[in-house]
Amino acid sequence: MKAKQLKIALRNCGVTDPENIQDYIACEGYLALGSCLIAGNRQAVVDTIKQSGLRGRGGGGFLTGQKWEFASQSEADKKYVVCNADEGDPGAFMDRALLEGDPHSVLEAMAICGYAIGADQGLIYIRAESLLAIKRLKVAIAQAEEAGLIGKNILNSGFDFKIGLKYGAGAFVCGEETALIKSMEGNRGEPVSKPPYPTECGYLGKPTNVNNVETFANVPAIINKGAEWFASIGTEKSKGTKVFALAGKVKKVGLVEVPMGTTLRELIYDIGDGILNDKVFQAVQIGGPSGGCLTVKNLDMPIDYESLIAAGSMMGSGGMIVMDEDDCMVAVAKFYLDFTMEESCGKCAPCREGNKALYNILNKITHGKGTMADIDRLKELSVVIKSTSLCGLGQTSPNPVLSTIDNFYDEYVQHVVDKKCRAKRCRALIEYSVVEENCIGCGACKRACPADAISGAPQKVHLIDQKKCVKCDACLQKCRFNAIVVK
Amino acid sequence: MLVTINGKQFEAEAGQTILQVARKHGIYIPSLCYHEKVGAAGKCRVCVVEVEGMRGLQTSCSVVVREGMTVSTRTEKAIQAQKLVVDLLLSSGTHDCLACAQNGKCELQDAAYYLDIEHPTLVFADMEPHCDESSEFIKVDHNKCISCGRCVAACQKTVTNDVLDFGYRGANTEIVFDDGKKMGDSTCVQCGECVQICPVGALTEKSVKGKARYWETERVKSVCPYCGVGCSMEIHVDRKLNKIVRVNGVESSPVNEGMLCVKGRFGYDFVDHPERLTTPLIRNDDGSFRKASWDEALDLVSTRLTEIKTKHGPDKIMGMSSAKVTNEENYTFQKFMRTVIGTNNVDHCARL
Repeated sequence: MKAKQLKIALRNCGVTDPENIQDYIACEGYLALGSCLIAGNRQAVVDTIKQSGLRGRGGGGFLTGQKWEFASQSEADKKYVVCNADEGDPGAFMDRALLEGDPHSVLEAMAICGYAIGADQGLIYIRAESLLAIKRLKVAIAQAEEAGLIGKNILNSGFDFKIGLKYGAGAFVCGEETALIKSMEGNRGEPVSKPPYPTECGYLGKPTNVNNVETFANVPAIINKGAEWFASIGTEKSKGTKVFALAGKVKKVGLVEVPMGTTLRELIYDIGDGILNDKVFQAVQIGGPSGGCLTVKNLDMPIDYESLIAAGSMMGSGGMIVMDEDDCMVAVAKFYLDFTMEESCGKCAPCREGNKALYNILNKITHGKGTMADIDRLKELSVVIKSTSLCGLGQTSPNPVLSTIDNFYDEYVQHVVDKKCRAKRCRALIEYSVVEENCIGCGACKRACPADAISGAPQKVHLIDQKKCVKCDACLQKCRFNAIVVK
Repeated sequence: MLVTINGKQFEAEAGQTILQVARKHGIYIPSLCYHEKVGAAGKCRVCVVEVEGMRGLQTSCSVVVREGMTVSTRTEKAIQAQKLVVDLLLSSGTHDCLACAQNGKCELQDAAYYLDIEHPTLVFADMEPHCDESSEFIKVDHNKCISCGRCVAACQKTVTNDVLDFGYRGANTEIVFDDGKKMGDSTCVQCGECVQICPVGALTEKSVKGKARYWETERVKSVCPYCGVGCSMEIHVDRKLNKIVRVNGVESSPVNEGMLCVKGRFGYDFVDHPERLTTPLIRNDDGSFRKASWDEALDLVSTRLTEIKTKHGPDKIMGMSSAKVTNEENYTFQKFMRTVIGTNNVDHCARL
């Protein structure tokens, strides 16, 4: 039987009109908040979330109920609930889609959290470029306020809860909760050492509970259907479902939500319908730039927090990029390092300088100038960056390097020793040449060449000058006689 | 409480960090961003150590000691990390010590020495010079900056001038003045606190260049002559030439806690200035001055004051004292004006 999706977080996406609160209410919307307020037992709400086993969907996988408990136990005159909607992994769009498709479930969950921990103010930190999500959130907040479901004295219970928006400028590091709080306060988005944790000392120095969008979206369903129901889905330590943004070389791309414990094979071959153009599966990058590459040997591994970490990757926020035989794994590692190098905030030395050093070494290797010592250096540097960096960004940024070295060591060696790129992606390591027996001397390649690298008289075999060739691929695309090959 | 570091037990106080305890007992842990004045920043990550019962490496500047804690500062893992992070910092800048004013007092140099790093191993390209010499007294060499943040914290928290901050991101991070101005065009008042706290040669006194190096100078403790605050200063003197090389604030002084202002730190050229007054001068009839002895000058002053007092009354005399003398001298002066001259016409330049 083919694996099926199970939608909890995405339950209303595509089903209800996100700009109409009545639609949401018709689908048990705000019922969870109402029942919590009527029951009037804050601790019971925390206990339900704890018992459900819900873990943070933003990357770390910390137990949500435990976080709520810490925040509820912190004593202060003011507390905050923050929704982390600063989604920045390349190729990941779970949170944005969720806010666009079902903003009310997040608002409701934030109010429930506010009630449970004793906060009266919620803030959503969202990237300013997520225009549609922002518009829908604004509409949703206005409608919920008008309906008396957010604001003063909600449902006559005496509980006040306001929700506001804070806009981020698109820094990846601001997805880290302490950097997010710094940014919300108007400071440079830089993480700070923990402890103290935000649940003790967060936004404006007050206890602050930060949860990811998808984490929140699960909460109303858990309250409505009970902790046991939620805990019955998934694996022993990873409960519920996870939304993934399936992207890359699969036939069916898009957002999918599957129970924890689903295997990669089920995700890629059943739900994703296999590899594009029926090519050979090579690897899948889970967890964005912080994750690692998993290979054929991991295809039957259940996807949960522990298994992914054991395999050298991580859950991350749910980006899942599938790669086929045409992808160069050294170039993939370089791509991710390019990203983390740009997105490092620059606060701590290992992340600031180390990722740049990693990138430089990878760049050297993809240009055919690497040595075997460079591969060892990559490993050594990666280990130190991971163990010494201040926040999660640096502690995980070398994962793509380490996991590609572990799983595709041969490819690294090929780049270094043979000066060849199997996938023919690294331009410095490939060579375009003419197959003499196929070339009819039509001149199409010569006309297409922007570097004037091809010579040859009409009807005679043409020749590519390797010194001039810029490896732009134009000749190959123009040739209709299979007379140009890449080696 | 007792804490074990590298197998030896040491007495520690509650609230102290591992680094503080280690330093107190002479155990060297390389560290660059920590300074007792601005506290732990956890930025350089060089001071990592292993602590029994705690997962992974810990920054010794931020972990507070507990009773019975066992710390190892020189395990293979800790040394490897310390070494590689220092290597990264050396590789990412232009740390050429030969003509650097900080040579001999550079904490990065010390770390490289103790960790036995002969050459940085991760240099990928030569760097373009990136200096800012626009200000009057301070040279900024961005290529020597390790972004430890001590100057930024000092500017924002210690002297609360809020001029320095970090700009840009990732490996492009650098210190900026105001909103990215040159130091000389910014609102910086040249107090030099950043220079004093900089662990490397990124912020140095312009005037020091080419003069006696740290180990060649004698430190003379003194009090700033400029105003009544009485900041403690440490004057670095080149005894061969008998010249002042630099002036630092004394960190342990309760008066100024190491801080000085632009005058105290940089305004010492008067000391051996050829136009400095070294004897009293008496004005000739034609308006020019002639040198005189103290006895002659004081006799003249007392004669003239007595004449004026007798002829016109004491209130025709006014006394003006200086902020550059001590409180005791100012007290004596007003006493002299009130009791000897007999007038309340006495004022002080600090009120101007």
